[in-house]
Amino acid sequence: MADIADIRTEAARLCAIFEDAGAVPVDCPILQQAETLLDLYGEDIRARTYVTRDPSRGEMMLRPDFTVPVVERHMAEGADPARYTYAGEVFRRQEDHPDRASEYIQVGFEIFDRAAPATADAEVFALIAGALAPLGLKAVTGDVGLLIAMVSALDLSEDRRAALMRHIWRPARFTALVKRFAGLTPVPPTRAALLARADPMASLAPLIGLRGEDEIAARIAALRADAEEPPLHAEAVALISAVLSVSETCPNALEQLRDIAVDMPAILPALERFEARCEALAAKGVAVESLQFEASFGRSSMEYYDGFVFGFYAEARPDLPPVATGGRYDALTRRLGRGREIPAVGGVIRPDMVLLLEAGS
Amino acid sequence: MSVKLGVPSKGRLMEKTFDWFAARGIALSRTGSDREYAGSVEGIGNVDLVLLSAGEIPRELAAGRIHLGVTGNDLIEEKLVQWDQQVKPLAGLGFGQATLIVAVPECWVDVDTLDDLDGAAAAFRARHGFRMRIATKYHRLVRDYLRRGGVADYQLVDSQGATEGTVKNLTAEAIADITSTGETLRANHLKILSDPPVLESQATLFLSRRSEKSDADRETLRLLAHMLGV
Repeated sequence: MADIADIRTEAARLCAIFEDAGAVPVDCPILQQAETLLDLYGEDIRARTYVTRDPSRGEMMLRPDFTVPVVERHMAEGADPARYTYAGEVFRRQEDHPDRASEYIQVGFEIFDRAAPATADAEVFALIAGALAPLGLKAVTGDVGLLIAMVSALDLSEDRRAALMRHIWRPARFTALVKRFAGLTPVPPTRAALLARADPMASLAPLIGLRGEDEIAARIAALRADAEEPPLHAEAVALISAVLSVSETCPNALEQLRDIAVDMPAILPALERFEARCEALAAKGVAVESLQFEASFGRSSMEYYDGFVFGFYAEARPDLPPVATGGRYDALTRRLGRGREIPAVGGVIRPDMVLLLEAGS
Repeated sequence: MSVKLGVPSKGRLMEKTFDWFAARGIALSRTGSDREYAGSVEGIGNVDLVLLSAGEIPRELAAGRIHLGVTGNDLIEEKLVQWDQQVKPLAGLGFGQATLIVAVPECWVDVDTLDDLDGAAAAFRARHGFRMRIATKYHRLVRDYLRRGGVADYQLVDSQGATEGTVKNLTAEAIADITSTGETLRANHLKILSDPPVLESQATLFLSRRSEKSDADRETLRLLAHMLGV
Protein backbone atom coordinates (compact mmCIF):
# COMPACT_ATOMS: atom_id res chain seq x y z
CA MET A 1 0.00 0.00 0.00
CA ALA A 2 1.38 3.38 -1.02
CA ASP A 3 1.95 6.06 1.58
CA ILE A 4 -1.09 8.26 2.16
CA ALA A 5 0.95 11.40 1.45
CA ASP A 6 1.99 9.94 -1.93
CA ILE A 7 -1.63 9.08 -2.69
CA ARG A 8 -2.64 12.67 -1.93
CA THR A 9 0.13 13.97 -4.19
CA GLU A 10 -1.08 11.70 -6.99
CA ALA A 11 -4.67 12.84 -6.34
CA ALA A 12 -3.55 16.46 -6.66
CA ARG A 13 -1.79 15.67 -9.94
CA LEU A 14 -4.96 14.10 -11.34
CA CYS A 15 -7.13 16.97 -10.06
CA ALA A 16 -4.82 19.43 -11.83
CA ILE A 17 -5.45 17.59 -15.12
CA PHE A 18 -9.18 18.09 -14.65
CA GLU A 19 -8.74 21.72 -13.57
CA ASP A 20 -6.76 22.33 -16.74
CA ALA A 21 -9.84 21.06 -18.58
CA GLY A 22 -11.86 23.83 -16.93
CA ALA A 23 -13.20 21.99 -13.89
CA VAL A 24 -13.93 23.89 -10.67
CA PRO A 25 -12.69 22.10 -7.52
CA VAL A 26 -15.53 21.21 -5.14
CA ASP A 27 -15.83 19.36 -1.86
CA CYS A 28 -18.73 17.88 0.04
CA PRO A 29 -19.42 16.64 3.57
CA ILE A 30 -18.35 13.12 4.46
CA LEU A 31 -21.61 12.51 6.31
CA GLN A 32 -24.52 12.34 3.88
CA GLN A 33 -28.23 11.89 4.51
CA ALA A 34 -28.69 8.14 4.20
CA GLU A 35 -32.27 8.51 3.00
CA THR A 36 -31.27 10.17 -0.30
CA LEU A 37 -28.84 7.39 -1.15
CA LEU A 38 -31.14 4.60 0.05
CA ASP A 39 -33.98 5.96 -2.06
CA LEU A 40 -31.74 5.99 -5.13
CA TYR A 41 -29.96 2.69 -4.74
CA GLY A 42 -32.33 0.72 -2.55
CA GLU A 43 -31.59 -1.31 0.54
CA ASP A 44 -28.73 -3.19 -1.16
CA ILE A 45 -26.46 -0.21 -0.70
CA ARG A 46 -26.38 -0.80 3.07
CA ALA A 47 -24.26 -3.89 2.41
CA ARG A 48 -21.68 -1.67 0.73
CA THR A 49 -21.70 1.44 2.92
CA TYR A 50 -21.33 2.58 6.52
CA VAL A 51 -24.60 3.82 7.93
CA THR A 52 -24.74 5.44 11.32
CA ARG A 53 -27.51 6.93 13.39
CA ASP A 54 -27.58 10.45 14.72
CA PRO A 55 -30.25 11.19 17.35
CA SER A 56 -31.19 14.52 15.76
CA ARG A 57 -30.32 14.03 12.08
CA GLY A 58 -31.52 10.48 11.62
CA GLU A 59 -29.59 7.99 9.54
CA MET A 60 -26.35 9.29 8.06
CA MET A 61 -24.06 7.54 5.60
CA LEU A 62 -20.31 7.95 5.13
CA ARG A 63 -20.19 9.07 1.48
CA PRO A 64 -19.74 6.04 -0.80
CA ASP A 65 -19.00 8.37 -3.71
CA PHE A 66 -19.11 12.05 -4.64
CA THR A 67 -21.49 11.89 -7.57
CA VAL A 68 -24.73 12.19 -5.63
CA PRO A 69 -23.65 15.14 -3.43
CA VAL A 70 -22.05 16.89 -6.41
CA VAL A 71 -25.27 16.49 -8.41
CA GLU A 72 -27.34 17.77 -5.46
CA ARG A 73 -25.09 20.77 -5.12
CA HIS A 74 -25.17 21.45 -8.84
CA MET A 75 -28.96 21.19 -9.04
CA ALA A 76 -29.27 23.62 -6.11
CA GLU A 77 -26.81 26.30 -7.13
CA GLY A 78 -24.77 25.30 -10.17
CA ALA A 79 -23.95 27.32 -13.25
CA ASP A 80 -25.11 25.91 -16.57
CA PRO A 81 -23.02 24.44 -18.12
CA ALA A 82 -20.55 23.47 -15.39
CA ARG A 83 -17.67 21.10 -14.78
CA TYR A 84 -16.28 20.00 -11.44
CA THR A 85 -13.38 18.08 -10.00
CA TYR A 86 -12.90 16.70 -6.49
CA ALA A 87 -10.58 14.48 -4.51
CA GLY A 88 -11.34 12.87 -1.20
CA GLU A 89 -11.98 9.74 0.81
CA VAL A 90 -14.94 7.51 0.09
CA PHE A 91 -16.03 4.68 2.34
CA ARG A 92 -17.19 1.20 1.34
CA ARG A 93 -17.97 -1.83 3.43
CA GLN A 94 -16.30 -4.83 1.82
CA GLU A 95 -18.31 -7.82 2.98
CA ASP A 96 -17.58 -9.78 -0.18
CA HIS A 97 -13.95 -8.68 -0.49
CA PRO A 98 -12.59 -8.17 3.05
CA ASP A 99 -9.11 -7.83 1.52
CA ARG A 100 -10.11 -4.64 -0.34
CA ALA A 101 -9.78 -1.18 1.17
CA SER A 102 -12.85 0.16 2.95
CA GLU A 103 -11.57 3.74 2.78
CA TYR A 104 -9.81 5.17 -0.25
CA ILE A 105 -9.38 8.37 -2.20
CA GLN A 106 -11.33 9.04 -5.37
CA VAL A 107 -10.51 11.78 -7.84
CA GLY A 108 -13.42 12.75 -10.02
CA PHE A 109 -14.41 14.85 -12.98
CA GLU A 110 -18.05 15.68 -13.83
CA ILE A 111 -19.48 17.62 -16.78
CA PHE A 112 -23.00 19.11 -16.68
CA ASP A 113 -23.75 20.26 -20.21
CA ARG A 114 -26.85 20.38 -22.41
CA ALA A 115 -24.94 20.70 -25.69
CA ALA A 116 -23.23 17.84 -27.55
CA PRO A 117 -23.45 14.88 -25.13
CA ALA A 118 -21.23 12.76 -27.41
CA THR A 119 -18.45 15.33 -27.08
CA ALA A 120 -18.82 15.46 -23.29
CA ASP A 121 -18.73 11.62 -23.09
CA ALA A 122 -15.59 11.60 -25.21
CA GLU A 123 -13.93 14.36 -23.23
CA VAL A 124 -14.37 12.58 -19.87
CA PHE A 125 -13.17 9.28 -21.28
CA ALA A 126 -10.21 10.77 -23.15
CA LEU A 127 -9.00 12.83 -20.19
CA ILE A 128 -9.04 9.79 -17.91
CA ALA A 129 -7.48 7.57 -20.59
CA GLY A 130 -4.74 10.17 -21.07
CA ALA A 131 -4.04 10.46 -17.35
CA LEU A 132 -3.76 6.66 -17.06
CA ALA A 133 -1.99 6.03 -20.40
CA PRO A 134 1.41 5.03 -18.89
CA LEU A 135 -0.24 2.14 -17.01
CA GLY A 136 -1.31 0.30 -20.18
CA LEU A 137 -4.79 -0.47 -18.81
CA LYS A 138 -7.58 -2.21 -20.67
CA ALA A 139 -10.65 -0.02 -21.19
CA VAL A 140 -14.14 -1.48 -21.50
CA THR A 141 -17.15 0.57 -22.57
CA GLY A 142 -20.86 -0.01 -22.70
CA ASP A 143 -24.12 1.89 -23.10
CA VAL A 144 -27.04 1.48 -20.73
CA GLY A 145 -29.02 3.81 -23.02
CA LEU A 146 -28.94 1.09 -25.66
CA LEU A 147 -30.52 -1.38 -23.22
CA ILE A 148 -33.18 1.17 -22.27
CA ALA A 149 -33.92 1.70 -25.99
CA MET A 150 -34.13 -2.06 -26.47
CA VAL A 151 -36.66 -2.47 -23.65
CA SER A 152 -38.66 0.51 -25.02
CA ALA A 153 -38.79 -1.25 -28.40
CA LEU A 154 -40.28 -4.53 -27.18
CA ASP A 155 -43.87 -5.37 -28.02
CA LEU A 156 -45.06 -5.46 -24.39
CA SER A 157 -47.72 -3.94 -22.16
CA GLU A 158 -46.63 -0.90 -20.15
CA ASP A 159 -46.64 -2.96 -16.94
CA ARG A 160 -44.27 -5.55 -18.35
CA ARG A 161 -42.07 -2.89 -19.89
CA ALA A 162 -41.86 -1.05 -16.56
CA ALA A 163 -40.91 -4.30 -14.81
CA LEU A 164 -38.04 -4.86 -17.26
CA MET A 165 -36.87 -1.23 -17.01
CA ARG A 166 -36.83 -1.51 -13.24
CA HIS A 167 -34.55 -4.54 -13.41
CA ILE A 168 -32.09 -3.55 -16.15
CA TRP A 169 -29.49 -3.34 -13.36
CA ARG A 170 -30.32 -6.83 -12.00
CA PRO A 171 -29.32 -9.13 -14.87
CA ALA A 172 -30.56 -12.40 -13.33
CA ARG A 173 -33.97 -10.98 -12.49
CA PHE A 174 -34.18 -9.32 -15.90
CA THR A 175 -33.56 -12.63 -17.66
CA ALA A 176 -36.09 -14.41 -15.44
CA LEU A 177 -38.72 -11.81 -16.35
CA VAL A 178 -37.99 -12.08 -20.07
CA LYS A 179 -38.40 -15.86 -19.84
CA ARG A 180 -41.68 -15.54 -17.97
CA PHE A 181 -43.05 -12.93 -20.39
CA ALA A 182 -42.11 -15.28 -23.24
CA GLY A 183 -44.01 -18.12 -21.59
CA LEU A 184 -40.79 -20.13 -21.19
CA THR A 185 -41.24 -20.63 -17.44
CA PRO A 186 -44.47 -22.03 -16.01
CA VAL A 187 -46.87 -19.79 -14.10
CA PRO A 188 -46.42 -20.50 -10.36
CA PRO A 189 -49.23 -22.85 -9.27
CA THR A 190 -50.43 -20.51 -6.53
CA ARG A 191 -50.85 -17.69 -9.05
CA ALA A 192 -52.73 -19.95 -11.45
CA ALA A 193 -55.00 -20.97 -8.56
CA LEU A 194 -55.55 -17.35 -7.56
CA LEU A 195 -56.51 -16.31 -11.07
CA ALA A 196 -58.81 -19.33 -11.45
CA ARG A 197 -60.93 -18.12 -8.55
CA ALA A 198 -64.00 -16.13 -9.56
CA ASP A 199 -63.64 -13.70 -6.67
CA PRO A 200 -60.19 -13.91 -5.05
CA MET A 201 -61.13 -11.07 -2.72
CA ALA A 202 -64.01 -13.05 -1.18
CA SER A 203 -63.50 -14.31 2.38
CA LEU A 204 -60.25 -12.42 2.75
CA ALA A 205 -58.25 -12.97 5.94
CA PRO A 206 -58.40 -10.05 8.40
CA LEU A 207 -57.01 -6.92 6.75
CA ILE A 208 -53.90 -5.86 8.60
CA GLY A 209 -51.15 -3.43 7.69
CA LEU A 210 -50.90 -0.37 5.53
CA ARG A 211 -51.37 -2.07 2.16
CA GLY A 212 -55.08 -1.74 1.57
CA GLU A 213 -57.77 -3.94 0.04
CA ASP A 214 -57.82 -1.68 -3.05
CA GLU A 215 -54.09 -2.24 -3.57
CA ILE A 216 -54.54 -6.02 -3.38
CA ALA A 217 -57.43 -5.82 -5.83
CA ALA A 218 -55.42 -3.58 -8.17
CA ARG A 219 -52.57 -6.05 -8.26
CA ILE A 220 -54.91 -8.97 -8.93
CA ALA A 221 -56.34 -6.98 -11.85
CA ALA A 222 -52.80 -6.37 -13.08
CA LEU A 223 -52.00 -10.09 -12.73
CA ARG A 224 -55.14 -10.97 -14.72
CA ALA A 225 -54.18 -8.54 -17.47
CA ASP A 226 -50.67 -10.00 -17.45
CA ALA A 227 -52.02 -13.55 -17.74
CA GLU A 228 -54.06 -12.56 -20.77
CA GLU A 229 -51.18 -10.79 -22.49
CA PRO A 230 -49.80 -12.79 -25.43
CA PRO A 231 -46.30 -14.12 -24.84
CA LEU A 232 -43.29 -12.15 -25.97
CA HIS A 233 -42.24 -13.54 -29.37
CA ALA A 234 -39.37 -16.01 -29.48
CA GLU A 235 -37.83 -13.69 -32.05
CA ALA A 236 -37.82 -10.82 -29.54
CA VAL A 237 -36.21 -13.05 -26.90
CA ALA A 238 -33.49 -13.93 -29.40
CA LEU A 239 -32.95 -10.25 -30.21
CA ILE A 240 -32.63 -9.36 -26.51
CA SER A 241 -30.08 -12.09 -26.07
CA ALA A 242 -28.24 -10.95 -29.21
CA VAL A 243 -28.01 -7.35 -27.96
CA LEU A 244 -26.90 -8.38 -24.45
CA SER A 245 -24.18 -10.65 -25.74
CA VAL A 246 -22.49 -8.08 -28.01
CA SER A 247 -18.84 -7.97 -26.92
CA GLU A 248 -16.57 -6.60 -29.62
CA THR A 249 -14.40 -3.66 -30.59
CA CYS A 250 -16.51 -0.52 -31.05
CA PRO A 251 -16.66 -0.66 -34.89
CA ASN A 252 -17.57 -4.37 -34.90
CA ALA A 253 -20.10 -3.88 -32.10
CA LEU A 254 -21.71 -1.08 -34.05
CA GLU A 255 -21.93 -3.31 -37.10
CA GLN A 256 -23.45 -6.21 -35.12
CA LEU A 257 -25.97 -3.88 -33.52
CA ARG A 258 -26.93 -2.43 -36.92
CA ASP A 259 -27.69 -5.96 -38.09
CA ILE A 260 -29.87 -6.47 -35.02
CA ALA A 261 -31.56 -3.10 -35.64
CA VAL A 262 -32.92 -4.41 -38.96
CA ASP A 263 -35.40 -6.35 -36.79
CA MET A 264 -35.42 -3.82 -33.93
CA PRO A 265 -35.42 -0.38 -35.56
CA ALA A 266 -36.24 1.37 -32.27
CA ILE A 267 -32.61 1.05 -31.19
CA LEU A 268 -31.42 3.06 -34.21
CA PRO A 269 -31.37 6.43 -32.37
CA ALA A 270 -29.24 4.82 -29.62
CA LEU A 271 -26.89 3.49 -32.33
CA GLU A 272 -26.63 6.96 -33.85
CA ARG A 273 -25.56 8.26 -30.44
CA PHE A 274 -23.08 5.40 -30.17
CA GLU A 275 -21.64 6.26 -33.57
CA ALA A 276 -21.45 9.98 -32.75
CA ARG A 277 -19.61 9.08 -29.55
CA CYS A 278 -17.15 6.91 -31.46
CA GLU A 279 -16.44 9.82 -33.81
CA ALA A 280 -16.01 12.20 -30.87
CA LEU A 281 -13.68 9.72 -29.15
CA ALA A 282 -11.62 9.34 -32.32
CA ALA A 283 -11.42 13.15 -32.62
CA LYS A 284 -9.94 13.17 -29.08
CA GLY A 285 -7.28 10.71 -30.18
CA VAL A 286 -8.82 7.56 -28.65
CA ALA A 287 -8.07 4.37 -30.62
CA VAL A 288 -11.74 3.52 -31.16
CA GLU A 289 -11.00 0.69 -33.60
CA SER A 290 -9.50 -1.36 -30.74
CA LEU A 291 -11.71 -0.04 -27.90
CA GLN A 292 -13.83 -2.79 -26.33
CA PHE A 293 -17.63 -2.46 -26.19
CA GLU A 294 -19.72 -4.85 -24.07
CA ALA A 295 -23.47 -4.33 -24.19
CA SER A 296 -23.91 -5.79 -20.69
CA PHE A 297 -21.08 -3.76 -19.14
CA GLY A 298 -22.03 -1.85 -16.01
CA ARG A 299 -25.34 -3.61 -15.45
CA SER A 300 -24.61 -5.18 -12.11
CA SER A 301 -22.66 -2.45 -10.39
CA MET A 302 -23.47 0.98 -11.78
CA GLU A 303 -27.10 1.62 -10.98
CA TYR A 304 -27.46 5.28 -11.73
CA TYR A 305 -25.80 5.29 -15.15
CA ASP A 306 -28.23 5.43 -18.05
CA GLY A 307 -25.99 6.05 -21.07
CA PHE A 308 -22.30 5.64 -21.89
CA VAL A 309 -20.38 3.63 -19.24
CA PHE A 310 -16.71 2.76 -18.99
CA GLY A 311 -14.08 1.16 -16.79
CA PHE A 312 -10.29 0.87 -16.84
CA TYR A 313 -8.72 -2.38 -15.63
CA ALA A 314 -5.23 -3.75 -15.03
CA GLU A 315 -5.38 -6.95 -17.10
CA ALA A 316 -2.45 -8.52 -15.30
CA ARG A 317 -4.11 -7.91 -11.91
CA PRO A 318 -7.66 -9.29 -12.06
CA ASP A 319 -7.68 -9.26 -8.24
CA LEU A 320 -7.71 -5.46 -8.19
CA PRO A 321 -10.81 -3.28 -8.44
CA PRO A 322 -11.06 -1.06 -11.55
CA VAL A 323 -8.59 1.83 -11.61
CA ALA A 324 -11.23 4.18 -13.05
CA THR A 325 -14.94 4.02 -13.83
CA GLY A 326 -17.58 6.43 -15.05
CA GLY A 327 -20.50 7.14 -17.24
CA ARG A 328 -23.53 9.24 -18.10
CA TYR A 329 -26.26 9.79 -15.51
CA ASP A 330 -28.89 12.10 -16.99
CA ALA A 331 -31.71 10.43 -15.02
CA LEU A 332 -29.95 11.01 -11.70
CA THR A 333 -30.06 14.77 -12.23
CA ARG A 334 -33.79 14.40 -12.91
CA ARG A 335 -34.34 12.41 -9.70
CA LEU A 336 -32.37 14.85 -7.56
CA GLY A 337 -33.35 18.01 -9.43
CA ARG A 338 -36.95 18.28 -8.20
CA GLY A 339 -38.40 18.91 -11.63
CA ARG A 340 -35.20 20.15 -13.25
CA GLU A 341 -32.67 18.08 -15.12
CA ILE A 342 -29.43 18.41 -17.02
CA PRO A 343 -27.42 15.87 -19.01
CA ALA A 344 -24.34 14.87 -17.02
CA VAL A 345 -21.35 12.57 -17.41
CA GLY A 346 -18.36 11.92 -15.19
CA GLY A 347 -15.75 9.50 -13.97
CA VAL A 348 -13.48 8.72 -11.04
CA ILE A 349 -9.91 7.51 -10.71
CA ARG A 350 -8.35 5.75 -7.73
CA PRO A 351 -4.91 7.29 -7.18
CA ASP A 352 -3.92 4.47 -4.78
CA MET A 353 -4.39 1.95 -7.61
CA VAL A 354 -2.38 4.16 -9.98
CA LEU A 355 0.56 4.18 -7.53
CA LEU A 356 0.23 0.45 -6.82
CA LEU A 357 0.43 -0.38 -10.53
CA GLU A 358 3.25 2.11 -11.15
CA ALA A 359 5.25 0.49 -8.35
CA GLY A 360 4.60 -2.98 -9.78
CA SER A 361 5.72 -2.15 -13.30
CA MET B 1 -4.17 -22.32 28.91
CA SER B 2 -7.15 -24.56 28.56
CA VAL B 3 -9.81 -25.29 25.97
CA LYS B 4 -12.71 -22.87 26.40
CA LEU B 5 -16.19 -24.11 25.53
CA GLY B 6 -18.85 -21.42 25.14
CA VAL B 7 -22.43 -22.49 25.91
CA PRO B 8 -25.66 -20.45 26.07
CA SER B 9 -26.06 -19.23 29.63
CA LYS B 10 -29.73 -19.90 30.21
CA GLY B 11 -32.97 -21.50 29.23
CA ARG B 12 -33.81 -24.51 27.13
CA LEU B 13 -30.83 -23.98 24.86
CA MET B 14 -28.47 -24.37 27.85
CA GLU B 15 -30.31 -27.39 29.25
CA LYS B 16 -30.43 -29.17 25.90
CA THR B 17 -26.75 -28.47 25.32
CA PHE B 18 -25.93 -29.94 28.75
CA ASP B 19 -28.04 -33.01 27.86
CA TRP B 20 -26.26 -33.42 24.51
CA PHE B 21 -22.82 -33.36 26.14
CA ALA B 22 -24.00 -35.60 29.03
CA ALA B 23 -25.13 -38.25 26.53
CA ARG B 24 -21.52 -38.29 25.31
CA GLY B 25 -19.95 -38.66 28.74
CA ILE B 26 -19.23 -35.04 29.50
CA ALA B 27 -21.09 -33.46 32.40
CA LEU B 28 -21.49 -29.69 32.11
CA SER B 29 -23.09 -27.78 34.95
CA ARG B 30 -23.57 -24.32 36.33
CA THR B 31 -21.92 -23.74 39.65
CA GLY B 32 -22.56 -21.28 42.41
CA SER B 33 -25.77 -19.32 42.61
CA ASP B 34 -28.34 -19.14 39.86
CA ARG B 35 -27.25 -15.61 39.03
CA GLU B 36 -23.58 -16.43 38.70
CA TYR B 37 -22.42 -17.42 35.23
CA ALA B 38 -19.76 -19.94 36.25
CA GLY B 39 -19.67 -23.57 35.24
CA SER B 40 -17.80 -26.82 35.63
CA VAL B 41 -16.85 -29.65 33.31
CA GLU B 42 -16.51 -33.28 34.38
CA GLY B 43 -15.47 -36.28 32.30
CA ILE B 44 -12.58 -34.56 30.55
CA GLY B 45 -9.73 -32.42 31.82
CA ASN B 46 -8.34 -29.11 30.61
CA VAL B 47 -11.76 -27.81 29.45
CA ASP B 48 -13.34 -24.65 30.87
CA LEU B 49 -17.02 -23.91 30.52
CA VAL B 50 -17.82 -20.32 29.55
CA LEU B 51 -21.48 -19.34 29.88
CA LEU B 52 -22.47 -16.63 27.44
CA SER B 53 -25.54 -15.24 25.74
CA ALA B 54 -26.12 -17.24 22.54
CA GLY B 55 -25.91 -13.96 20.60
CA GLU B 56 -22.39 -13.26 21.87
CA ILE B 57 -20.97 -16.68 21.06
CA PRO B 58 -20.34 -15.90 17.33
CA ARG B 59 -18.26 -12.86 18.25
CA GLU B 60 -16.26 -14.74 20.89
CA LEU B 61 -15.54 -17.56 18.43
CA ALA B 62 -14.47 -15.10 15.72
CA ALA B 63 -12.17 -13.34 18.17
CA GLY B 64 -10.69 -16.67 19.22
CA ARG B 65 -11.47 -16.04 22.89
CA ILE B 66 -13.29 -19.40 23.02
CA HIS B 67 -12.20 -22.52 21.13
CA LEU B 68 -15.61 -24.14 20.87
CA GLY B 69 -19.08 -22.69 21.07
CA VAL B 70 -22.70 -23.75 20.81
CA THR B 71 -25.06 -21.38 19.03
CA GLY B 72 -27.51 -21.30 16.13
CA ASN B 73 -26.04 -21.16 12.63
CA ASP B 74 -28.49 -18.30 11.96
CA LEU B 75 -26.57 -16.13 14.44
CA ILE B 76 -23.21 -17.24 13.04
CA GLU B 77 -24.19 -16.46 9.45
CA GLU B 78 -25.85 -13.15 10.35
CA LYS B 79 -23.08 -11.81 12.55
CA LEU B 80 -19.87 -13.06 10.91
CA VAL B 81 -18.67 -11.89 7.51
CA GLN B 82 -17.40 -14.89 5.53
CA TRP B 83 -18.27 -17.00 8.54
CA ASP B 84 -16.86 -20.22 7.12
CA GLN B 85 -13.38 -18.72 7.23
CA GLN B 86 -13.75 -17.88 10.91
CA VAL B 87 -15.50 -20.90 12.37
CA LYS B 88 -16.02 -24.54 11.41
CA PRO B 89 -19.30 -26.32 12.20
CA LEU B 90 -18.51 -29.63 13.94
CA ALA B 91 -21.98 -31.02 14.61
CA GLY B 92 -25.63 -30.11 14.44
CA LEU B 93 -27.01 -30.84 17.90
CA GLY B 94 -30.53 -31.70 16.75
CA PHE B 95 -32.41 -29.08 18.75
CA GLY B 96 -33.12 -25.36 18.58
CA GLN B 97 -34.42 -25.88 15.05
CA ALA B 98 -35.79 -22.78 13.46
CA THR B 99 -36.33 -21.44 9.99
CA LEU B 100 -35.71 -17.86 8.93
CA ILE B 101 -38.59 -16.96 6.66
CA VAL B 102 -40.25 -13.98 4.99
CA ALA B 103 -43.92 -13.57 5.89
CA VAL B 104 -46.61 -11.22 4.61
CA PRO B 105 -50.20 -10.58 5.73
CA GLU B 106 -52.44 -13.56 5.03
CA CYS B 107 -54.88 -11.17 3.33
CA TRP B 108 -52.32 -10.52 0.58
CA VAL B 109 -53.81 -13.21 -1.64
CA ASP B 110 -51.83 -11.80 -4.55
CA VAL B 111 -48.45 -12.46 -2.91
CA ASP B 112 -47.02 -15.94 -2.59
CA THR B 113 -43.49 -15.78 -4.02
CA LEU B 114 -40.52 -13.38 -4.03
CA ASP B 115 -41.54 -12.47 -7.57
CA ASP B 116 -44.93 -11.37 -6.18
CA LEU B 117 -43.27 -9.52 -3.31
CA ASP B 118 -41.17 -7.54 -5.80
CA GLY B 119 -44.25 -6.68 -7.86
CA ALA B 120 -46.20 -5.65 -4.77
CA ALA B 121 -43.23 -3.60 -3.50
CA ALA B 122 -43.03 -1.62 -6.75
CA ALA B 123 -46.75 -0.82 -6.62
CA PHE B 124 -46.56 -0.03 -2.91
CA ARG B 125 -43.77 2.49 -3.41
CA ALA B 126 -45.65 4.17 -6.27
CA ARG B 127 -48.76 4.43 -4.07
CA HIS B 128 -47.28 5.37 -0.70
CA GLY B 129 -44.12 7.22 -1.70
CA PHE B 130 -41.78 5.08 0.40
CA ARG B 131 -40.24 1.66 0.05
CA MET B 132 -42.10 -1.32 1.50
CA ARG B 133 -40.89 -1.99 5.04
CA ILE B 134 -39.78 -5.45 6.12
CA ALA B 135 -39.16 -5.81 9.86
CA THR B 136 -36.32 -8.08 10.95
CA LYS B 137 -33.29 -8.43 13.14
CA TYR B 138 -31.46 -10.54 10.54
CA HIS B 139 -30.41 -7.65 8.33
CA ARG B 140 -27.51 -9.18 6.45
CA LEU B 141 -29.10 -12.56 5.76
CA VAL B 142 -32.40 -11.08 4.65
CA ARG B 143 -30.84 -8.38 2.49
CA ASP B 144 -28.65 -10.95 0.75
CA TYR B 145 -31.65 -13.25 0.25
CA LEU B 146 -33.83 -10.50 -1.23
CA ARG B 147 -31.01 -9.30 -3.47
CA ARG B 148 -30.52 -12.82 -4.84
CA GLY B 149 -34.29 -13.07 -5.25
CA GLY B 150 -34.32 -9.87 -7.31
CA VAL B 151 -36.55 -7.91 -4.94
CA ALA B 152 -36.21 -4.11 -5.15
CA ASP B 153 -38.07 -1.18 -3.59
CA TYR B 154 -38.07 -2.54 -0.05
CA GLN B 155 -36.40 -1.34 3.13
CA LEU B 156 -35.44 -3.28 6.22
CA VAL B 157 -36.60 -1.85 9.53
CA ASP B 158 -34.99 -3.10 12.69
CA SER B 159 -37.11 -5.18 15.02
CA GLN B 160 -35.43 -6.89 17.96
CA GLY B 161 -38.57 -8.53 19.31
CA ALA B 162 -42.32 -9.03 18.82
CA THR B 163 -41.60 -8.75 15.11
CA GLU B 164 -44.89 -10.48 14.20
CA GLY B 165 -46.77 -7.51 15.66
CA THR B 166 -45.13 -4.87 13.49
CA VAL B 167 -47.54 -5.28 10.57
CA LYS B 168 -50.63 -4.83 12.71
CA ASN B 169 -48.95 -1.86 14.39
CA LEU B 170 -48.30 -0.29 10.97
CA THR B 171 -44.54 -0.09 11.45
CA ALA B 172 -43.86 -2.64 8.69
CA GLU B 173 -45.69 -4.24 5.77
CA ALA B 174 -43.95 -7.63 5.99
CA ILE B 175 -41.51 -9.42 8.28
CA ALA B 176 -38.51 -11.73 8.14
CA ASP B 177 -38.09 -13.76 11.30
CA ILE B 178 -37.26 -17.10 12.84
CA THR B 179 -40.16 -19.49 13.21
CA SER B 180 -40.36 -23.09 14.37
CA THR B 181 -44.03 -24.07 14.22
CA GLY B 182 -45.49 -21.02 12.49
CA GLU B 183 -48.12 -20.68 15.21
CA THR B 184 -47.23 -17.12 16.20
CA LEU B 185 -47.33 -16.14 12.54
CA ARG B 186 -50.81 -17.61 12.07
CA ALA B 187 -52.05 -15.95 15.26
CA ASN B 188 -50.89 -12.64 13.82
CA HIS B 189 -52.55 -13.27 10.43
CA LEU B 190 -49.25 -13.69 8.61
CA LYS B 191 -48.29 -16.32 6.02
CA ILE B 192 -44.91 -17.60 4.86
CA LEU B 193 -43.83 -17.09 1.23
CA SER B 194 -43.58 -20.35 -0.69
CA ASP B 195 -39.99 -19.85 -1.88
CA PRO B 196 -37.22 -21.76 -0.10
CA PRO B 197 -36.57 -20.08 3.27
CA VAL B 198 -33.76 -17.63 3.98
CA LEU B 199 -32.06 -20.17 6.23
CA GLU B 200 -32.63 -23.38 8.17
CA SER B 201 -31.02 -23.21 11.56
CA GLN B 202 -30.30 -25.42 14.55
CA ALA B 203 -28.06 -25.35 17.61
CA THR B 204 -24.60 -26.23 16.31
CA LEU B 205 -21.21 -26.87 17.85
CA PHE B 206 -18.63 -24.61 16.19
CA LEU B 207 -14.84 -24.66 16.32
CA SER B 208 -13.07 -21.30 16.16
CA ARG B 209 -10.46 -21.12 13.40
CA ARG B 210 -8.85 -18.16 15.15
CA SER B 211 -8.13 -19.38 18.67
CA GLU B 212 -4.61 -19.96 19.92
CA LYS B 213 -3.88 -23.46 21.14
CA SER B 214 -1.08 -25.00 23.16
CA ASP B 215 0.00 -28.58 22.42
CA ALA B 216 -2.03 -29.69 25.43
CA ASP B 217 -5.09 -27.85 24.07
CA ARG B 218 -4.72 -29.60 20.72
CA GLU B 219 -4.57 -32.94 22.50
CA THR B 220 -7.68 -32.03 24.53
CA LEU B 221 -9.54 -31.00 21.37
CA ARG B 222 -8.67 -34.32 19.73
CA LEU B 223 -9.90 -36.27 22.77
CA LEU B 224 -13.04 -34.14 22.99
CA ALA B 225 -13.81 -34.62 19.30
CA HIS B 226 -13.39 -38.36 19.77
CA MET B 227 -15.73 -38.45 22.79
CA LEU B 228 -18.32 -36.30 21.03
CA GLY B 229 -18.03 -38.30 17.83
CA VAL B 230 -17.52 -35.19 15.71
